[in-house]
Amino acid sequence: MKQRHKRLIFIVGGLAGLGLAATFVFNALNSNMQFFFSPTEVVANKAPQNTSFRLGGLVKEGSLDREDDGLTVHFLVTDNAETIPVTYKGILPDLFREGQGIVTQGRFNEAGDFVATEVLAKHDEEYMPPEVADALEKAKQANKAAEGAI
Amino acid sequence: MNFFTKAFWLKLSSPKTFYPFAGKMIPVFMAITVVLTLVGLYYGFVLAPPDYQQGDSYRIMFIHVPAAWMSMWIYIVMCLFAIIGMVWRTRLSDMMAGALAPTGAMFAFLALWTGALWGKPTWGAYWVWDARLTSELILLFLFFGFIALRAAIDDPQRAARASALLASVGVINVPIIYFSVKWWNTLHQGSSVGLTQKATMEDSMLTAMMVMTFAFWAYTFMVAFMRVRNEILEREKNSAWVTESVTQRVSEKVEGK
Repeated sequence: MKQRHKRLIFIVGGLAGLGLAATFVFNALNSNMQFFFSPTEVVANKAPQNTSFRLGGLVKEGSLDREDDGLTVHFLVTDNAETIPVTYKGILPDLFREGQGIVTQGRFNEAGDFVATEVLAKHDEEYMPPEVADALEKAKQANKAAEGAI
Repeated sequence: MNFFTKAFWLKLSSPKTFYPFAGKMIPVFMAITVVLTLVGLYYGFVLAPPDYQQGDSYRIMFIHVPAAWMSMWIYIVMCLFAIIGMVWRTRLSDMMAGALAPTGAMFAFLALWTGALWGKPTWGAYWVWDARLTSELILLFLFFGFIALRAAIDDPQRAARASALLASVGVINVPIIYFSVKWWNTLHQGSSVGLTQKATMEDSMLTAMMVMTFAFWAYTFMVAFMRVRNEILEREKNSAWVTESVTQRVSEKVEGK
């Protein structure tokens, strides 16, 4: 066997071992690599208890409620399976709106409300011109109307 | 020059042949870079429509996405060159690895920086420690480590071996960056473009992004060839052909005066 073949085998073997080790490490770390927990995971007690964590999901349509001070907001975060009520006092990001994905940091109070200290908007991977978005929205409404008629 | 023979490629791997070849290719890649950048920026900033949610701020992706892609791709190519250099002990492959590293670091930095500028208006934060952002930051540090390790060891052969080891250990990070948005919940959105999926963006946006990617690609060739030519002169300074070509150029300059 030539010297360079030995070196090649050594490197390929080393990389394979390294890949395997990395796979095990990431498997073990899996839950710590999550940036946020979904409402379903929170209900299943997978989120950390009695400490601050991030909750992610969609702002439920029609759930946004602003208090008279103009700063405190209440809304529901949902993953279309479970729903969690959130209270936040502060300035919301531009992309925050009903139906939009968000990630929020905070903890539960005694009443079972998630009190947020930070709200981040999560953008999705869809990019389109406003006219296309309008057309899609209209098509959706038309579909709903058609379903209602039946 | 016949590009399709084995002899051509073998010959090209010798620094003596590669030096003038790279010199001829630099203006070609420079021209491609300039043309594609102008076309890409025109598409991205004039022809492409604003986004329905983000308005104009999304346009940063015409720099951000190609830069992020190139940072990962350059790392893979750099690692391949380093491994080839380690196994076959070819000098030129190690020099190519060294020449690619600073450009890779620049693209990784550019991706992080433009991402931060986009993150503030869109997410509400410049930086979050999610899996995508953190692994891309690690990529930047890997490039820095690779450059620093080579600079710290005086003997080029030992520097080549040590840095090749570092590069190949770090290559595990590239699939982690790429799949991080699939494997874990991240604040960073998933991919809009992929080999096995239909792109979830408008055609003119996609065109701008692809043209900018090829522009960055040509730019990488250009600067890597410039750097590798310097490196060849430096390392082969005791060889006959370098002395000859330098004396020839000096005498041309003297006669020109």
